[in-house]
Amino acid sequence: MTSTTTAPGSATTAVALAGVTKVYGRGANAVLALDGVSLDVAPGEFVCLVGASGCGKSTLLNLVAGLDRPTGGQIGLAGQASPGLMFQEPALFPWLTVEANVEVPLKLRGLPRAERRERVAELLRTVHLADFGRKRPHELSGGMRQRVALARTLALDTPVLLMDEPFGALDAMTRDILHDELERIWSERKLSVLFVTHNVREAARLADRIILLSSRPGRIIYSTEVDIPRPRRIDSPDVAAIAAEVTERLRTEVGRHGQ
Amino acid sequence: MASDTLTNTARTDAQISGLDALEIAGRDKETSRGSRLWAATWPKLAALAIVIAAWQVVVWSGWKPPYSLPGPLVVGRELLAQAQGPQLWEGLLTTLRRAAVGYVFSVAVGLLLGLAVARSTVLRAAIGSMITALQTMPSIAWFPLAILLFELSEKAIFFVVVLGAAPSIANGVISGVDYVPPLLLRAGRNLGARGLNLYRYVIAPAALPAIVAGLKQGWAFSWRSLMAGELIVVGISQTSLGAQLTYSRELSDAPWLLSTMIVILVLGLVVDAAFGAADKAIRRRWGVLDQAGQ
Repeated sequence: MTSTTTAPGSATTAVALAGVTKVYGRGANAVLALDGVSLDVAPGEFVCLVGASGCGKSTLLNLVAGLDRPTGGQIGLAGQASPGLMFQEPALFPWLTVEANVEVPLKLRGLPRAERRERVAELLRTVHLADFGRKRPHELSGGMRQRVALARTLALDTPVLLMDEPFGALDAMTRDILHDELERIWSERKLSVLFVTHNVREAARLADRIILLSSRPGRIIYSTEVDIPRPRRIDSPDVAAIAAEVTERLRTEVGRHGQ
Repeated sequence: MASDTLTNTARTDAQISGLDALEIAGRDKETSRGSRLWAATWPKLAALAIVIAAWQVVVWSGWKPPYSLPGPLVVGRELLAQAQGPQLWEGLLTTLRRAAVGYVFSVAVGLLLGLAVARSTVLRAAIGSMITALQTMPSIAWFPLAILLFELSEKAIFFVVVLGAAPSIANGVISGVDYVPPLLLRAGRNLGARGLNLYRYVIAPAALPAIVAGLKQGWAFSWRSLMAGELIVVGISQTSLGAQLTYSRELSDAPWLLSTMIVILVLGLVVDAAFGAADKAIRRRWGVLDQAGQ
């Protein structure tokens, strides 16, 4: 469903962005949100996009998810289906139970009932919510809702997962646990993840590679590999060291706008 | 990079279930069905008792002669007598049938109109505000025209009922569709719901509370229009609650008049309670019952 000519995803890239540009508005009011962003995500790679406000992080994810069209450049995806997208809010359907929420993408793909039930049970086990299938979203805590949203997104069976600050609204303890969970699921399912955050620590905790975007317009200004062995802990000195380095770059970038 | 065996899984599992248990603890407040029913009922019974008492006091005060304002006891006896004869039930049946037919017709027109206006920007620009304007027109003001068009017939009544109720229902649909949270639309599209499926899986259920509110308001309008119609468009061979009101006034039979009014009131309350129950069931499912204050 990506709108540009889809460059065929090769064996070495799960997501391929080539010179992606996005302009909002026209004429004098036009805002350049993304300026020539080129980025390849390898299959099974966990990439974190970090940037201050206005760097077009969310715009980028919307483009990759096919919810919006780029003004210029190309977006290539491995596989046919558009990638699963998770938001800062769980965006669950309040009128459906947890089970039924997870079932929606399976229904839309036309899976038979018996298979759907099996898959839902399996996905809920994956996110440790097997006992909560009959509950409604409002009966769960924020962290649990976000795990339901993760299960629902996983039900799409796409190799690529896009996450737009998915843990931004959670408390530190819950977030910490969800980092472990996401790391486990990502490695078990060999997913490629493009994860947007403004939390540098979170990026250092999760990413194989951190990419720093500048603000207005969004451009890639820095990229670093994180080769700390997994599983990682958010309070480990290695993670802290990477985070400090990225934070320094981010500060410089933000400072540039104050002058 | 993805090949490491994760040793902290067991630790995480325990933490997760612990945290889940803590976070949703104490959310289920269960009260027994009986006590809930009583809590909802006794204020109504008390209010009813006060109204009847006040009525009796007014009668005792001698403000109006008993032949124009009889007391609750007289009216109650009349109501019992009416309940034993065929006249009340025939009238009730006619009125209910008209209410049902008129309302079903209004719902069909309202839903289609609402959906059409919600979907099409042209239609919205053309008749969106007209629908609201129609709502401000007192339904009784339509009757002279209705009688000119359809003479003293049921058609005239239905004409006014639909004109009164359909705009409310259409407005419910329009605002329901308009206020579907954009985030849910994005989520639905990302999960693969496009076109008609987006309506089926996201827009229709998300709009349901507003649609039910519109249906409820539509009922109120159609019920009022129907009563007005039955008062004005008498002379049709069938008896109806509205016709009985007119006859009882012409015969200066105050107990009959008041007992008929009570029947109309109770009917309205019963239907309103049904809508209230539907509304509450939806809000409970959505988990918005607390914010709405009961």
